[in-house]
Amino acid sequence: MQPGALSKALKSGAIWGFIVLELIFFSVAGEFLSLSDKAFMDFENMLLLLKQSAPIGIIAMGMTLVMVNGNIDLSVGATFAIAAIILLDSMTWPIFAGLGDWVIPVAWLLALMAGTLLGALNGLIVWKTGVDAFIVTLGSMLGFRGIVFMFNGENPTSHLNWTLVDFAEAEFLGLATASWFLLAVTLAVWFLMARTVHGRNAYAIGDNREAAVNAGIRVGPHMMINFAIIGFLAALSAVIFYSESGSVNPNDGQLYELWVITAVVLGGTKITGGAGNVIGTFGGVIAIQLLRKGLGHIGADTSTVNLVIGLILIAVLFLDRQLNVKGKEELKV
Amino acid sequence: MTDPVLRLQDIVKTFPGVRALDGVSFSVMPGEVHALMGENGAGKSTLMKVLGGIYQPDGGDIYMGDWKVVMSGPLEAKAKGIVFIHQELSLAEELSVAENIYLGELPRKSFGRVDWGKLADKTNAILEKLNVGFDARTRVGDLSIANQQMVEIARALTVDAKAVIFDEPTASLTDAEKSVLFDVIADLKKDGVGIVYISHRMEEIFKITDRISILRDGQYQGTLATVETNEEAVTQLMIGRKLDLSRNASHHKLGDVALEVRGLSCGKLYRDVSFEVRRGEVVGFYGLVGAGRTEIAETLFGLRGPSAGQILLDGEEVSIASPAEAIARGISLVPEDRKGQGLILGMNCRDNMTLPQVDDLKAGPFVAEGAEVAIFDKYRDQLDIRTPNWKSRVGNLSGGNQQKIVIGKWLSMHPKVLIVDEPTRGIDVGSKSEIHKLLRELASQGYAVMVISSEMPEVLHVSDRIVAMYSGCIMRTFTSEEVTEDNLIQAISGLGGDRAA
Repeated sequence: MQPGALSKALKSGAIWGFIVLELIFFSVAGEFLSLSDKAFMDFENMLLLLKQSAPIGIIAMGMTLVMVNGNIDLSVGATFAIAAIILLDSMTWPIFAGLGDWVIPVAWLLALMAGTLLGALNGLIVWKTGVDAFIVTLGSMLGFRGIVFMFNGENPTSHLNWTLVDFAEAEFLGLATASWFLLAVTLAVWFLMARTVHGRNAYAIGDNREAAVNAGIRVGPHMMINFAIIGFLAALSAVIFYSESGSVNPNDGQLYELWVITAVVLGGTKITGGAGNVIGTFGGVIAIQLLRKGLGHIGADTSTVNLVIGLILIAVLFLDRQLNVKGKEELKV
Repeated sequence: MTDPVLRLQDIVKTFPGVRALDGVSFSVMPGEVHALMGENGAGKSTLMKVLGGIYQPDGGDIYMGDWKVVMSGPLEAKAKGIVFIHQELSLAEELSVAENIYLGELPRKSFGRVDWGKLADKTNAILEKLNVGFDARTRVGDLSIANQQMVEIARALTVDAKAVIFDEPTASLTDAEKSVLFDVIADLKKDGVGIVYISHRMEEIFKITDRISILRDGQYQGTLATVETNEEAVTQLMIGRKLDLSRNASHHKLGDVALEVRGLSCGKLYRDVSFEVRRGEVVGFYGLVGAGRTEIAETLFGLRGPSAGQILLDGEEVSIASPAEAIARGISLVPEDRKGQGLILGMNCRDNMTLPQVDDLKAGPFVAEGAEVAIFDKYRDQLDIRTPNWKSRVGNLSGGNQQKIVIGKWLSMHPKVLIVDEPTRGIDVGSKSEIHKLLRELASQGYAVMVISSEMPEVLHVSDRIVAMYSGCIMRTFTSEEVTEDNLIQAISGLGGDRAA
């Protein structure tokens, strides 16, 4: 066995082991504590879980890419809200009045373009100013949220288009529309990261930026593309979710960035960049959703969810650190 | 006979793929200055890290006096009176000299307040002994590197030290500062402290040490009394079998001028530099650290814009604004700091080797993995890179094999000019001569090769011509017939060289 193979296997498998543990725990505990007589591991329940994972999950795929690249994006929750408002509000604009249901693709396109542009703007600032992505996106998080409130004050923005609701609530082969989007995005980002030149270079830049520059890789454009992608995915997540719900509050999407980052980190992506993949992130997303749902199932207060997830996050990172100590010593030689 | 203050017995330390220390024994008597010598990668720093508790040995024991001790970490080593003065400084630049010296042990008054008066008094007493030109309240960031090193030494003097380890302490010191340091060492010696002195500088070793121990490739080679030996005997033990360092001028016919530099300047870093490199030629750049050699390489590779002058490739003037542009024009750089600047340590061998051209190899939007493996296999065979397969992480390879990956990376791009900065830094003796051979071979295949090195035997061995630099200027360019060790040393010290190319 290669040195470090055991710890590597432990690490990549850890999230799935954790998911199995959750399933067993909530199933058993549910027998005693749950008010409903339905089993936790009910098939319908699991399908619903996948659907509910979609909003965070779709953004988390983009975050994996950005974090592997050595950056971070805190503005995704605010981008999510902006895209939602553009989607719902644009459908009521007079200039689109004659379009009938053709307004739907137009509204989608507008929302997705807005998300992509906002993301690209983040990327451009990080690239051209050299300011740390954490600071840049902290600023844009506040700024974008400000725009949301400027638009309609504290009031919600609402518009229901029943064709759109039908599309969003549709099921195909047993899976909801949102679930299909989550799976498709996961697959697409996996291909991007594992099989394309852009993905390869993203890993290289995140691992050792100086060496990547010395290999002739143009770091800035790669980073900007990744920020545009996460902006697009934040908007996509919003578009799918609000097609169904039809109403957005100005506070919607707040703390999404933290949930997303938690899922990505739980899934094994290194905060410093250079390592991680979307399969792990998918596990992280499912694990968090299971925990939220499971704690609800056994009758725990929703506020305990945050406490538990916080503790687990720290425990996981501690474990990861312990497993990495040996690897680090090897590198120092 | 008194007992040694410190004794290391049969220390073994292995890392994946490397036996860094193989049964090394070493001891220091009270009041003795004991030199530890060996080439880069011989195991000196690993041994000192074992002593300092940073690495745990896989075998062997450490004794202090009669007691067997276990160094669980740096703090414990310090508590036991073992003090390190590192080559790399570890100071808090924003704090004062006094705060740095007593960091973690600031004298206190009631309610945890710092006793600034006492702190300053204690510090100034030590600084006086060291005879330095600054006081306790000076901000460390405002001091020169040499003075910062004195702060490190002052810090060592605050502890009741039993053994002090100096790791290349004179690397950045002037002659005057050196003699102060040697006085400090003499004082410590009088107090019965054992001193380990790690240095490459023979002159100092023979001036201040009592005994010399030598390591080679992680193995203990013996201990000699300084007065009974000479430089030649020590060198012999350090490099073991006689390293082939014969002169090596090309016998093949040189090609056209591939790279020409005219009057190139970059601020204060280097001035009015002119030279040319022909196809099939190895030009060595020799000089002290800070002479401007690496900076010239960085300019040619697009990392550092020049303030004046021209760069000509194949007789055509070019401007190079980025590494991407340099690579496109056929200039490649094997950097000085392999791990920091050359390799993506977390990636496998294949991906590292194809990194600059992965974009050219793609099939549609996708990476062409088959083509990548083919490239890796070709250069693995050609350069004799020893790794089980392309999937091995580059971080797990030995220094020599890592360097070959970097060289292979550029060869696979078929460059015109290959710049190699410190080709064998941190590489063991065996791989060293392989790399030397490789550089000669590349020249005979028609590459124009620039080699920057701080090791004189290396420069003499691989170069057809040698450019001697001093303080940002080219002092003289030697052909391999003209050059001798003496005139080369004179040129890089700023003496005697007539400034004609």
